[in-house]
Amino acid sequence: MNEANPSFERFRGTARYITSPALRQDVNAAIALRRPLLVKGEPGTGKTLLARAVAEDLGLPLLTWHVKSTTKAVDGMYHYDVVQRLNDSRFGDRDVSDIRAYIRLGVMGRAFASEEPVVLLIDEIDKADLEFPNDLLRELDEMSFHVHELDETVTAKHRPVVIITSNAEKELPDAFLRRCVFHYISFPDRALMEEIVKVHFPDLPQALLESAITRFYEVRGVDGLRKKPSTSELVDWLFVLVRGGVPAQELARNLPFLGALLKQEQDVATVQRRRARGL
Amino acid sequence: MFLDLLYALRRQRVPVGPIEWDALCEALRQGVIQDLDSLYTVGRAVLVKTEGHYDAWDLAFAEVFHDAAPPPEIKEAIRKWLEEPVPGGISEDQVAQMTGMSLEEVKKRFQEMLERQTERHDGGSRFIGTGGTSPFGTGGRNPMGIQVAGGGGRTAMALAEGRQFRNYRTDVAIDVRQFRVALRRLRRLAREGDLELDLDGTVRRTADNAGDIDLDFRPSRRNRVRLLLLMDAGGSMAPHAELVSRLFTAAHQSDHWKEFRYYFFHNCVYRKVYTDIETYRGVPTEDVLRELSPEWKVVFVGDACMAPWELAAGGGYEGDGRVHVTGIDWLRRFRTHFRRTVWLNPDDPRFWNHTTVAAIRAVHPMFPLTLDGLTQALRHLVRPV
Repeated sequence: MNEANPSFERFRGTARYITSPALRQDVNAAIALRRPLLVKGEPGTGKTLLARAVAEDLGLPLLTWHVKSTTKAVDGMYHYDVVQRLNDSRFGDRDVSDIRAYIRLGVMGRAFASEEPVVLLIDEIDKADLEFPNDLLRELDEMSFHVHELDETVTAKHRPVVIITSNAEKELPDAFLRRCVFHYISFPDRALMEEIVKVHFPDLPQALLESAITRFYEVRGVDGLRKKPSTSELVDWLFVLVRGGVPAQELARNLPFLGALLKQEQDVATVQRRRARGL
Repeated sequence: MFLDLLYALRRQRVPVGPIEWDALCEALRQGVIQDLDSLYTVGRAVLVKTEGHYDAWDLAFAEVFHDAAPPPEIKEAIRKWLEEPVPGGISEDQVAQMTGMSLEEVKKRFQEMLERQTERHDGGSRFIGTGGTSPFGTGGRNPMGIQVAGGGGRTAMALAEGRQFRNYRTDVAIDVRQFRVALRRLRRLAREGDLELDLDGTVRRTADNAGDIDLDFRPSRRNRVRLLLLMDAGGSMAPHAELVSRLFTAAHQSDHWKEFRYYFFHNCVYRKVYTDIETYRGVPTEDVLRELSPEWKVVFVGDACMAPWELAAGGGYEGDGRVHVTGIDWLRRFRTHFRRTVWLNPDDPRFWNHTTVAAIRAVHPMFPLTLDGLTQALRHLVRPV
């Protein structure tokens, strides 16, 4: 672990996923340091897609653990189906003396048990209970967990590349943060945004692209929006514009299909008010 | 030098300790950090764990490595040469030629250049100007260049000094979403929700039942917190209307309250609190105090700034001659009835020396209406009495 690792720069971004150089550096730093990468950012800045891109670029399989409000840390390790076992013992269908048959590995458990290295995505970690990240500390540190029912320890054969996303719905505990490499995906600037859009719309006429992006940043810049439009809204909007055959000149005068950009009625009203005042 | 960075961060109140230090050393050892630019990004990734501290990182970074940037007075002196960029392409050859220079060399040449140059140069390859291959200037393409001002390929120092994350500081910025995140702190879980399977109970009862499955259920955990929000809609609150409305939206959208109620008042709470500030429809304050149990968490939002008589005399805007209880007395009655109350003040704490503010602070614990202030206030609310 202490020898220099010449191949640390492994993630370069993929054709379908455009990243900033800073994000690429941080991904590679996390891989080199063997620490989980915690990614935060506005909704719609491609946090989840990052893991897919990393897996694709490194040529590793991706395992995704979608965290929900009811998810507990142990769900990711394994599940002991005690009700099934009770039921089987009641009706005597199966041999219930083998507990192993009633233990199923969770996503994290499968990542540890995998014969080849994998990318493990823990998606939206902040959805779960406040204590959830703390319950994962030991497992992420030591890359192993204990199955109490079997009195066995599952240890990772290969340390997975762990990517964790958070929407900042809850603050994460300090002890957890300490162990992560942290990256905040800031909103793409114009140049990066043009690249991103070109990935989705390779044939988009340059004039339409430019005027749409200009208008998009104008809308985003309006004060008092409750939900600022993000990359995914821009992509949706462009899709509608292309489908609707809206010419670039039209965009200079009007904001057609505003509903694709703004998801809240009040925001649409705010933008229209600003426009009426000639802003 | 790296230790300086660590302590500069600590001075900026970023919690960094041995674990972060260890990570930074490891990153240096692994060769992930190779130059100032990668130190800026990777260093930030291992040392700073929230975007709220990115601005502090920029400040600390600029403080420790400010020698690596051109001093501001030089910037000022040559800014006038650089105001308009000159369009015009540069060949890849020329770019390649320029890459061989180290930062030290570049800096040294920059100083020499400054001494020799006395006029504007654009599109050239030597002097400080715009659109050229010279390492100095703006809008240029030398990969090792020092950016004097303006846009173009940004260096770490330009990023740090640009302080683009200023708006993420947790002690200033707040939107609805951040309010909601903060409000989630306000919870007390109790088993009174929908029924869920109690596994341990099921196993126990099944065993007691000689192996015949006997399912056991228990209520799931639910938040018990009931929130009462009282908002000042008085004239002096007009500048803060947007902020208060965001807090209100956040509290309203948060669906984790057991119960949520809100009322408005004018400057101070009197005989009536309003459900609708436009029509002055309201309910007697007396009823609110009677209906709500002491467990309710009470949050006042107001600038607490008014004419002293509005607090000392009763009535305020509704004066109908039947005033018995003064404003401050009403506030005291809230304080004695409810176990936990807080007052959020959108004014900067520097202005809290006003008489009425001090009087109200003596009754209700007062916190600034910032993200940090709200967090402290909520911590106070959930603390057991």
